[in-house]
Amino acid sequence: MAYSDKVLEHYNNPRNVGTIDKSKKNVGTGLVGAPECGDVMRLQIEVEEETGIITDAKFKTFGCGSAIASSSLATEWLKGKTIDEALTIDNMDIVEELNLPPVKIHCSVLAEDAIKAAINDYRVKNGLEPVKFEESIVH
Amino acid sequence: MQELKLPVYLDNSATTPMDPRVLEAMLPYFTELFGNSASRNHPFGWAAEEAVDYGREQIAQLVNANPKEIIFTSGATEAINLAIKGVADMYSRQGNHIITVKTEHKAVIDTCKNLQKKGIEVTYLDVQEDGLINLEELEKAFTPKTILVSVMFANNEIGVLQPIEEIARIAHKHGALFMTDATQAVGKVPVDVQKMGIDLMSFTAHKMYGPKGIGALYVRRKNPRVKVTAQIDGGGHERGMRSGTLNVPGIVGFGKAAELCRLEMATETERLSKLRDKLETNLVKLEESYINGNTQHRLPHITNISFKYVEGEGLMMGFNKNIGVSSGSACTSASLEPSYVLVALGLDDELAHSSIRFSLGRFNTEEQIDYTIEHVTKAVNRMRELSPLWEMFKEGIDIKSIQWAEH
Repeated sequence: MAYSDKVLEHYNNPRNVGTIDKSKKNVGTGLVGAPECGDVMRLQIEVEEETGIITDAKFKTFGCGSAIASSSLATEWLKGKTIDEALTIDNMDIVEELNLPPVKIHCSVLAEDAIKAAINDYRVKNGLEPVKFEESIVH
Repeated sequence: MQELKLPVYLDNSATTPMDPRVLEAMLPYFTELFGNSASRNHPFGWAAEEAVDYGREQIAQLVNANPKEIIFTSGATEAINLAIKGVADMYSRQGNHIITVKTEHKAVIDTCKNLQKKGIEVTYLDVQEDGLINLEELEKAFTPKTILVSVMFANNEIGVLQPIEEIARIAHKHGALFMTDATQAVGKVPVDVQKMGIDLMSFTAHKMYGPKGIGALYVRRKNPRVKVTAQIDGGGHERGMRSGTLNVPGIVGFGKAAELCRLEMATETERLSKLRDKLETNLVKLEESYINGNTQHRLPHITNISFKYVEGEGLMMGFNKNIGVSSGSACTSASLEPSYVLVALGLDDELAHSSIRFSLGRFNTEEQIDYTIEHVTKAVNRMRELSPLWEMFKEGIDIKSIQWAEH
């Protein structure tokens, strides 16, 4: 199976790889997936508290090229968005942007889950109710 | 120093490139010597028949069989189907139980599963951590209804060699036939059907520098005389066991390939095991890298290594433009399940996802191995920089203690 140019580009030059201090109150961390399934994503956001704008986003991913590209793309999209805007990112947007084939759709689902998990971590830390999401696609 | 030739092919267990000497032997049989080997009444047929006879001899010699015991098929998968289904049909009066192993190739496993739907009972033996079967467990698996034991000679993913001679002896002691899928072994290590007591054996040309589309089933003719029920009906070729016009150029190529393997086996084994060991020793210098399977009883040209905290498919992407290998991770399949062979060894799914199989071959050079060491090492290090699991490991967090979401 050949990868799309966009997946290759993100794989070769991943954006925003790294770690933000997760003990900070304005940082949300999402860790999704499982090692035995072959993919784990950790996505972190740093939020400007007054405006709710995501000022920084970082990721680390254990997984295939599509999983790495999906999380790299997600961090790119998150930066500069407000939390509310970030919640509208849909996995199918990632599929479209990266031209993911059907067997790799789960990578985009994982990225969406990671975004939501990071946002909820941030919300809970700041005394807010976690946002309830519909059950994501089982993959 | 030879010049480095790219890309580097290290997936010789999947298929081998054809040796140019094999191609040269085959070429006339596509054009001027195009006859049907079953045409008995003209020189076109005679030339084809002669070529088939010669190929059969070359192949028989490689495995110490009588040429009459070689039944040509389209490949190893067909040979396996013919052997197992053919025995189940032919010996149905004697019994309905087959013993095989969990780490067999899918061609064996799925043939057995198919037979289970038809009332055949199948025991799938576990393997030990090193990939070898436990002979005591084999002993215990027999029932009065056992007609066949099918154990692969060498495993395709980790290269471990089963104790074939002893398994054959145990099978015979219990009155069962012994079949071995020797696809990965024939042409690479000595295979002697007489000495080893093999009754049926599948193998194929394209894993030994011959063409695709031609394989064989060895069927013992004496002590005991083994018969299999044909699975393909027609003109009664191959002693009635496999009908269909013979693939004459394929057989010529298979024969030539067998001859070359026989003549060059000793030197190739030495050369390849040196290169394999060099590759392996250097790659396991990487922290948290593990060799999968027994390292004493195995093929000279395979190594299977897990690079912990790195996912195999993602890792391969780091060098697969220039190095062709395969991974035990199955991120491409919808099931997301890693290699069932590695899981059968007792590896965590996580380690199985982190595995890469390197299989060397006749056309690999030392320069290519050096290149591979350098670039795989770089890729592993790079992927670990990207891996949250590696970071946790480095921080001393036990990954097993984390509650991972089911998905």
